Amino acid sequence: MNQIQTSPAQISRRSFLVGTSAMASGGLALGLNLLTTTDALAQSTDTAPEVGIWVVVKPDDTCVVRVVRSEMGQGTRTGLAQLVAEELECDWSKITTESPTPGQNLKRKRAWGDMSTGGSRGIRGSQDYVRRGGAVARLMLVQAAANEWNVPASELTTSNSIITHAASGRKTSYGKVAAAASKLPVPDMKAVVLKDPRSWKIAGKSVKRLDSANKINGKQIYGIDLKMDGMLCASVMDCPVFGGKLVSFDDSKVKTLRGVKAVVRVDASTVAVVADTWWRAKNALAQLSIVWDEGPNAKVNSAMIAEHVREGLTARGDFAGRNEGDAVNAVANAFKKVEATYSTPFLSHAPMEPMNCTARWTTDKAEVWVPTQNAEASLAVLAETAGLPLDKCDVFVTDLGGAFGRKGGQQDYVAQAVKIAKQFPGTPIKMIWTREEDQAHDYYRPVSQCHLKAGLDDKGNLVGLTLRSSGQSINAWVNPSAIKNGKDERQLQGFWAQPGDAQLGYTIPNLLTEYAIRNTHVPVGPWRGVNTNQNGIYMECFIEEVARASGKDSLAFRQALMQKHPKHLQVLNAAAEKGDWGKPAAPGVFRGIAQFMGYGAYSAAVAEVTVSPQGEVKVLRMVLATNAGHFVNPHQVAAQVEGGVVMGLSATFFGECTVENGRIKETNFDSYQLLKLAQMPKVETVLVPTYDFWGGVGEPTICVVAPAVINAISAAIGKPIRDLPLKNAGLKFI
Amino acid sequence: MYSLNVNGKVQKIDAEPEMPLLWVIREVVGLTGTKFGCGIAQCGACTVHVDGQAIRSCVVPGSSMVGRQITTIEGLSQNSNHPVQKAWADVDVPQCGYCQSGQIMAAVSLLKTKAKPTDKDIDQAMTNICRCGTYQRIREAIHVAAGTKKLPKSDSGEVAALVQQIKV
Repeated sequence: MNQIQTSPAQISRRSFLVGTSAMASGGLALGLNLLTTTDALAQSTDTAPEVGIWVVVKPDDTCVVRVVRSEMGQGTRTGLAQLVAEELECDWSKITTESPTPGQNLKRKRAWGDMSTGGSRGIRGSQDYVRRGGAVARLMLVQAAANEWNVPASELTTSNSIITHAASGRKTSYGKVAAAASKLPVPDMKAVVLKDPRSWKIAGKSVKRLDSANKINGKQIYGIDLKMDGMLCASVMDCPVFGGKLVSFDDSKVKTLRGVKAVVRVDASTVAVVADTWWRAKNALAQLSIVWDEGPNAKVNSAMIAEHVREGLTARGDFAGRNEGDAVNAVANAFKKVEATYSTPFLSHAPMEPMNCTARWTTDKAEVWVPTQNAEASLAVLAETAGLPLDKCDVFVTDLGGAFGRKGGQQDYVAQAVKIAKQFPGTPIKMIWTREEDQAHDYYRPVSQCHLKAGLDDKGNLVGLTLRSSGQSINAWVNPSAIKNGKDERQLQGFWAQPGDAQLGYTIPNLLTEYAIRNTHVPVGPWRGVNTNQNGIYMECFIEEVARASGKDSLAFRQALMQKHPKHLQVLNAAAEKGDWGKPAAPGVFRGIAQFMGYGAYSAAVAEVTVSPQGEVKVLRMVLATNAGHFVNPHQVAAQVEGGVVMGLSATFFGECTVENGRIKETNFDSYQLLKLAQMPKVETVLVPTYDFWGGVGEPTICVVAPAVINAISAAIGKPIRDLPLKNAGLKFI
Repeated sequence: MYSLNVNGKVQKIDAEPEMPLLWVIREVVGLTGTKFGCGIAQCGACTVHVDGQAIRSCVVPGSSMVGRQITTIEGLSQNSNHPVQKAWADVDVPQCGYCQSGQIMAAVSLLKTKAKPTDKDIDQAMTNICRCGTYQRIREAIHVAAGTKKLPKSDSGEVAALVQQIKV
C-alpha cells in the first residue's frame, strides 16, 4: 500500500494560497497586494451614472444592478438583483445586471467584496451589503429630487422608480435624477435601516429569472462558445494516472493534419494540440503517440483504496470531534446494540459544460475568459502563471454551464490555458477539455467509510452513539492550513454541536464522533454538499436502523431526540406532514424519512418508493422541507431543491468513480450514468421561513435525498443498504 | 467541400468529410447554440433536427447530411416564439441552461409525432441529460406547450404550485 499517500498530497504554493474551499472564508485574502488605483467604472456603463457602487441608473430608468457572484444556474444573479431592487424600490421590469471583473474589484480596493461563489453563500454571504447598496442608492436618488424641488427629502416617497412629492403633486423618475444623484456623497451604508423581509414586494417573490431569455434560443454565450479574431483552439491530455508525468510525444503523424498548428508540452504531465478548430485539435490529439511515466500510483485500484480507508475505522491515534459523556461504555453496556459500516465512493462533478478557458498572453498583459466560480482565484492563478503583476491581468467570467464545486478553488484549467497561450503570444487560445479528460481529471468527492455503534436501553431509548468516519480529506488537497494539529473538522460537517451552520439535530447523552484522515493519490475537492452529502447518509441511515431496532416509529424516534433543536424539528415535522408520514400508503409503496443540517439551513425529506421483486426501484415522490431563514425567490429555491434531488439520486443509484491502474475507469456518460427525466420523481418543496437567520439553498437539500430514499427502500426490502451506489446492491433504478 | 442546408440556408462546407455535424455547425457554420457535452451521443446537448427529427449531431459526419434539412436552435423561430420556447419561458425551465437547446429540440421533435404526449411518452422521448436537474420543469413545459396543462395566472407558474410556504 505504499503507493497510496497517507499524508496530505503535495500542494503547489498557488493552490495552497488560493485554497478558496467551500468552507474557507474565501476570497482573496491571500497575500495579494491590493491596488490603490483610483476608481474605474465597469466597462459597459461608463456613460451612465453610478449611484453608490451597486447600482447604475440610465436615463431611460433602466437600473443596472452589479452582481459579482458567478451565475452557474443557481439563480443568484436574479436573487441578488431582487434584494437590491427591493431596497431601491425600482421598476423590476427595467432591471438588468452587469458584472465587474476581479481586476476592477481590486482597483476599487475590493469594494464589491468577495466574488467567490460556493458553499451556498451567494445570497446569504452578500444579502446584507447588497440590500444596503440598494437602500443608499434610493436615498441618493431621493436627495437629488429633493434638492431639485427644494423640499425636505423626508417628504418624498418612492415606488417603481418614481419619486413623488405628494404635497405638491410633483413626480420624477430615477433616470431623470440619476446624474445629479451620482454626484452626491454616498450615505453611510451601515446607518440605513433595511426593510422588514415580511413586507418585501420584489424580494421573496417568484419573479422570473433574468437570465432565461438567451438560454432558450441558443444565444447565451458560454466559455466554450467564445470566438475571437485569430483565435486558435487547444485540446489537452494530462497523464491519465494521477501523479504521472509526460515523458515525450511524437508529433510526426499529426503535425501535418489539416489545421494543426503545433503540439506543445503544457507542463510536466500535460500535452496539447493547438489547431484552427477544436475538433481538429481533439482529433489530432487522439492520434498523437505519447509516452507517459505513470509513476508510483500506476497499480493502485479501488479495492486497495477501500482497504486503506477501512483501516482508518479501527486505527488508534486519530482525533475526536465530539466526546460527550462516555459513549464507548454506554454502548458496550447497553441493553441492545446496533452496529453498521457504510461506504461512499469517489464522484465526479460532471457539469454539462466541459472544463474550458480562453487565454491571451503578451509580455505586458494577460487575460482569460472563463467559466469560474471564483473570479479572484482565477485572477491569482492567471497572474502567477502569466508571470505578470495583478494589474496587468484580468478575468472575464462567462456564465457557467454547471459547476457544482468543480470550477471554484481549483483553477488547474486556467493555469493550463495560460501555459499554452504563453507559447502563442498575442493569440487567443481557447482550450476545451473532452468529457473523457473531465472525468479523468476532476477533484472528486472523496471516498469515505463510516462505522457507527449505538446502544438502546430496555425502553428503546438511545443511550449512546459512537461514530468513526475514515476517508480522504478535502482540506489536505485544497486548503491544508485548515487542518489544525491533524484535525480536519470539516470532515465531521453536520455532526457539530455548535449551532448556525451544520449542527447535529439530535441530543444524544453519550456521543463520540471521530475522524481518520486516509488520503489517496486521487485529487479531491468540494462537490455539492461536500461532507454533508456523505455524513447525512451515515447518520440518517443509521438512525433509521436504530429506530427500527427500538421498535419505534422512525419519525417519533427522531422527534424524541430533537426536543432541544426546535428548528431541525420544525422542518422535519413539515416534511412529515406534507409527506403524509403516518398515513397509509398505497399498496406496495414504502416511505423513508431523513433530516440533516448544512450550509446554515435545515433540511428534511420524505421519499415514497416501490421495489419490484426483481429489484427495480421507482422513486415516486419526494417531499422536501427546508428552512434557510429567508427565501428570496421561492420558485428558484424549489429549482435548487429539485436539482439537489436529481444530483442526490444520481449519486445514490449510479454515481461511482472507480480507480483501476491508478486512473479513473468511468470516462464518459456511458459508464458514469446520470439520472434521466423518466427516473425523476414528483418533487414537492415545502419552505419554512422563520426570518431570523440567513442560510444557504444550493447545497443543503442534497444531504437528505439519499438517506430518505435508502430508508424507504430498506423498509420495502426489509434489510438495510449500507454501500453506495445502489446499482452494486442488485437494485435497478427505473 | 460539400453543401449543407442549415436553417434554410444552403452553404458550402470546407471541412473533412468525417468532421461530425456538431462541429461543422459550431466551428464551420459558426452557430454555437448547439452544445458539446460528451461526444458519444449519450447526453443530447448536441441535439438538432434533420428533416424535422431530433438527432444527436456529435456522432454523425456532416458530409452524410448533404441534401437534408438541418435545423438548429437558432433556426427554430425568429423571436423565441416557438410554442415550446414560450412554454420554457413561462415555466422558467433553465438553470445553467447549457443543455436546454438540446432539450428544446428534443421536445419539439416529440410534439411533432405526438401532439398531446402522456407522461410516459415524455419519459420515453426525453432522454437528454440535465445535470442541474430541471426535469420536473421540462415535463411541465412540454405539457404546457402541448396545451394539456395551463399555467395559472401568477408570476410563479404551475411548477411553483409545488412550492408551499408554511407561515411560522
